[in-house]
Amino acid sequence: MTPFAYDRAGSSADAIRLAQATAATHYLGGGTNLVDLMREGVATPDRLVDVTGLSAAIEPTPDGLRIDAAVRNTALASDPRVRRDYPLLARAIVAGASAQIRNMATVGGNLLQRTRCAYFYDDAAACNKRVPGAGCDAVDGFNRIHAILGASPACVATHPSDMAVAMAALNAVVTIDGPDGSRDVPLTDFHRLPGGTPEIETVLARGELITAVTLPPLGFGARSTYRKVRDRASYAFALVSVAAAVDVQGGTVADVRLALGGVAHKPWRAFAAEAALRGQPATAASFRAAAEAELADAVPLRDNGFKIELAKRTIVAVLEELTGEAA
Amino acid sequence: MHFTINGRGVDADFDLRTSLLDLLRDHLGLTGSKKGCNQGACGACTVLVDGERINACLALAVQYDGRSITTVEGLADATGLSPLQAAFVEHDGFQCGYCTPGQLCSAMGMIDEVRRGVPSVVAADMADGDIVLDHDELRERMSGNLCRCGAYNGIVNAIADTFAAETHSKEPA
Amino acid sequence: MSVIAEAAKKAQGAVQAVMKTAIANAPDGWIPGGVPDPLIRAKHGLVGTPVSRIDGPLKVKGAARFAAEFPLDGMVYAALAHATIPLGRIATLDTSAAEAVPGVVLVMTYKNAPKMAPPPLFMSNPKAVSGDNLPIFQDADIHWNGQPYAVALAETQEAADHATTLIEVTYDELPARTRFAEAKTNTYPGTFQGEPLLVEIGDAEAALAAAPHKVDVTYTTPRHNHNPIELHAATVRWNGDDLIVHDATQAVTHTAWSLAQIFGLKEEQVHVTSPYVGGGFGSKTLWQHQTLAAAASKVSGRPVRIVLSREGVFRGVGGRTLTEQRVAIGAQADGAFDAIVHTGTIGMTSHNNLPEPFIVATKTAYAAKTFHLDVEVAEMDMVANTFMRAPGEAVGTFALECAVDELAHDMGIDPIALRERNEPEQDPTAGTPFSSRNIVAAYRAGAERFGWDKRQAPGTRREGEWLIGMGCATGTYPYYRMPGGAARLTLTRDARVTVAIAAHEMGMGTSTAHSAVVADRFGLPLDAVTFDYADSKLPGVVLAGGSQQTASIGAAVIAAHRALVTELLKLAGNDSPLAGLKADEVAGYDGGLCKLDEPGRYESYASILGRANRDEVTVEAEAPPPLETQHWSMHSYSAIFVEAAVNAITGETRIRRVLGSFDCGTILNPKTASSQFRGGMIMGLGMALMEEAQFDERSGRIVNPSLAEYHVPVHMDVPAIDIIWTDIPDPHAPMGAHGVGEIGITGVAAAIANAVFNATGKRVRDLPITLDKLL
Repeated sequence: MTPFAYDRAGSSADAIRLAQATAATHYLGGGTNLVDLMREGVATPDRLVDVTGLSAAIEPTPDGLRIDAAVRNTALASDPRVRRDYPLLARAIVAGASAQIRNMATVGGNLLQRTRCAYFYDDAAACNKRVPGAGCDAVDGFNRIHAILGASPACVATHPSDMAVAMAALNAVVTIDGPDGSRDVPLTDFHRLPGGTPEIETVLARGELITAVTLPPLGFGARSTYRKVRDRASYAFALVSVAAAVDVQGGTVADVRLALGGVAHKPWRAFAAEAALRGQPATAASFRAAAEAELADAVPLRDNGFKIELAKRTIVAVLEELTGEAA
Repeated sequence: MHFTINGRGVDADFDLRTSLLDLLRDHLGLTGSKKGCNQGACGACTVLVDGERINACLALAVQYDGRSITTVEGLADATGLSPLQAAFVEHDGFQCGYCTPGQLCSAMGMIDEVRRGVPSVVAADMADGDIVLDHDELRERMSGNLCRCGAYNGIVNAIADTFAAETHSKEPA
Repeated sequence: MSVIAEAAKKAQGAVQAVMKTAIANAPDGWIPGGVPDPLIRAKHGLVGTPVSRIDGPLKVKGAARFAAEFPLDGMVYAALAHATIPLGRIATLDTSAAEAVPGVVLVMTYKNAPKMAPPPLFMSNPKAVSGDNLPIFQDADIHWNGQPYAVALAETQEAADHATTLIEVTYDELPARTRFAEAKTNTYPGTFQGEPLLVEIGDAEAALAAAPHKVDVTYTTPRHNHNPIELHAATVRWNGDDLIVHDATQAVTHTAWSLAQIFGLKEEQVHVTSPYVGGGFGSKTLWQHQTLAAAASKVSGRPVRIVLSREGVFRGVGGRTLTEQRVAIGAQADGAFDAIVHTGTIGMTSHNNLPEPFIVATKTAYAAKTFHLDVEVAEMDMVANTFMRAPGEAVGTFALECAVDELAHDMGIDPIALRERNEPEQDPTAGTPFSSRNIVAAYRAGAERFGWDKRQAPGTRREGEWLIGMGCATGTYPYYRMPGGAARLTLTRDARVTVAIAAHEMGMGTSTAHSAVVADRFGLPLDAVTFDYADSKLPGVVLAGGSQQTASIGAAVIAAHRALVTELLKLAGNDSPLAGLKADEVAGYDGGLCKLDEPGRYESYASILGRANRDEVTVEAEAPPPLETQHWSMHSYSAIFVEAAVNAITGETRIRRVLGSFDCGTILNPKTASSQFRGGMIMGLGMALMEEAQFDERSGRIVNPSLAEYHVPVHMDVPAIDIIWTDIPDPHAPMGAHGVGEIGITGVAAAIANAVFNATGKRVRDLPITLDKLL
């Protein structure tokens, strides 16, 4: 780990001011990913601005439930409003990592988790995300956990967050403060696809800080869930995950929210599947057709072709589970 | 910097890169907390900070300035074993003993989470605040602590035995 | 291999063959274990009772001190830099930036390391214990991707770690053998324990071809890593020319001797202790880190602590190698086996000698008219593969026991019935009698308790999304006892006994189980026994490996106890009720000795020693050579039953129930032995469903060197595990007992694969059984 300076911010304005000091300043949340990346030499900040002391409230606002970025994962998953109105989010969080990590990790940090691609972590490997222009050892290497949607020749990594997948389904809005003021970005636009610049993972500009995530009201949010498919029964990253909420009226899908994890460089909002489902009968056949529509452009790599069928099946199973009573 | 460790005030001065785990082990001689991966993947370093379980290996010590930390050395008074420690011995909830301090601290943190109504993924309904600490709940909640000797059955039995009376929770906090 | 070496090997083989025949044919009485251990008859002692671990309170308090927890004055911390090419030479090396890091005391590479002899390769000498025999830091050569090439010492771990990242190195790379498909085009027969891994009895291929029923299939298993949770570590210092090492090792005496060879010292100049080991499973032997710490300590003049990172363990400590195994079985209509073919190829480096001996279990598993068993070695450039829990048997039983299940299914025979049909009366390939083999009884007890009769046809049982199936398999592991066992017993006038033996405690319950054994032998309570172990200064060469430690300690203690009793009888003299008795005629009882068949003839230890005016008696004795293993066919057995659930949608497999029915002789301590069984079975579960060290064949580099990406079972993966045993003593083993450390893992992967087949109708022959293989 390279040496660094450390500051503890008392407010977001304070944090943003402190972060101006050097080009290699990083904000520090729970540290569950950043500290590991620093040890691995993947992240080499020269200054850390600790933002865990900032406001950690969860409060209703006219725009929805506002969650401060410093809220710990456990606190968010335990919040009665979240559990009642957005159960898919509570379930996504507790499906992730371990209880210890959830006690440490913040909402802001969770969104900024970096990929688990083995070649990203290994400084002996070629990785465009770690060293732009270096090449990608994953494209022809072990890529069982890698992306089937939205990847590029430069990068086939996936985003590892569970929480963010549920938030993508919920039309969450990310509030960002920076030297030039504050702005709101839909979570579905917050993370980027890799394209030719996989090192740029979000729309955050230098010095910008996530300060909150707002969950707009979702009338049918209570009928929602998150299903995570993985290589062991707990404490493993998703191979495929599905976040879904569905509103069935008279046997027809009136509205639906669907997002996939483990398949792309970002939490993958399944807009195509949603469009294919709205107004359709809530049947296994419609669910399968919607899943097919979403995965139509999926591209398998050497080891991850199974994810295409797995994602389709999991989408169908989740929708069947949610509509089981309604259908 | 100042910490309260197992109820005692401790002043410490260290390289900013020092993890809470290395602070405990290398600087303060509290070697009960273990290092198994140094990346939050095994749970051997689990300690309680203000009662909450965390991975001390992922915690930069400087972030925890002023906090109260409990390690395995603080789970019982000097004279004996806590009920959970005694149950681990009785149920053979370990073999080599290396993951054991983390399992113990984790279990103490887990019970507190159950009392507070923190949900786990095995709950059928996220909105339901009741928690029955059955075999699945217990195993899921302890899954952040690896045991390569495979003493899982004994660990689970020891925890279940110790906290048999704690299997229900109230409404979510 | 040179012509001369080959001839020498053949000659050695011939001598061994003659000796083997002589031992096999000798009268039982001449062989250790020929007269059953009298302790087998004792029914009311501590042996067989579930005693809690005597070191348990220390461990749950976090007070048991592991290798990296010995603080030394002036100690510095070490960190390693690892090579990133599979084969070649270091071309340029610049350590100046690393040396400039504040707090750095030394950066050692091949350029400034002291002269050291190559480490003695495991099995090249009775005390050799290195995973490979490559010179350490003596030249610029790189032999595997991940080889350490620099060690940094600093006042803090943070500075040492950081320094290693600042070393500038370039390489001249050579073409490396990193692709198994290419490596296996050029193989040679493997040798294990001095014998070729080759058995040919009759013409198995012809018998197979002629058999009316047959299976002929190929199974593959990937690389595995032990991953004990304790990282490999050592704290070392020099005291003049003497080297003191607090190690995490399963071989203290071996390590001391091996380090002495490396540094050109006398054996007694190296002192190795290892009181607590945080899991080993075959990995806690001598790898480069202990030598590097000692060398760097010598150069710097400072005590050194080295703790490998988890990645460092994957890079520098070998694991189990990959295998590709063909199993073909030919059978008559009644199920009788005409032919067993078990052949295949494993990957191995040219600088070690463990050709994962996957045929060992097959040599004794079933009767058959013909056999062809063969392990071929494909050399690869990688970290030296090594012993991992049940080397050979863990992966070999996967292939064999799946094949038996496949044949049973094809023939419409219950797989247990097919196994019983082929139960051998004597060792089917060695011809020696079994010392104790009760596998049929184990199967029957297990099947009844598990509810095997409820098993349905493949793919026919479903609960919601889950397909449910049952499977079973046989596990087996040899009884080993290595030469060199020795123990010192000290009996004091206050009727306390101290056992001193250079044995190990990695969680097996060694100190607890053997304290109970010694207490019973002496007729003393448990708290009268002190068990001193894990120190190279103590007697005995006792490897905690091969599940042989129990037998090794047992035989050494028997010898020492006999000598001590002889001494006591001498001291007792003619005024004792014991006058005139010989050691074999008395037993320890109630704090003294009594005549075996006449308990009234008794004198207490206090009385004997008091009359002789002695405070204590000390004896040291060596165990006899382990000839019993060549006179009898000695093995542990298990019948493993599994109920698996496979998700019909996602392919996820969850194990719902496991039962292990074991036949391992006397169970010394039901509590700790059960933990050994369960622990092995859980490692087998991991092997079946999730474990794989992913080896990138382009670079020869392991790409998942972490516990986040190398999956081992977590709490949620592990169901309740039922354990039963036959408890039939092996009359020819000390205490009637077999080691129980490795048998647990064997058979489990096959039982799971067979259960998955029963659930789904799909055979997965390539481990691990991940969900993509079941979609």
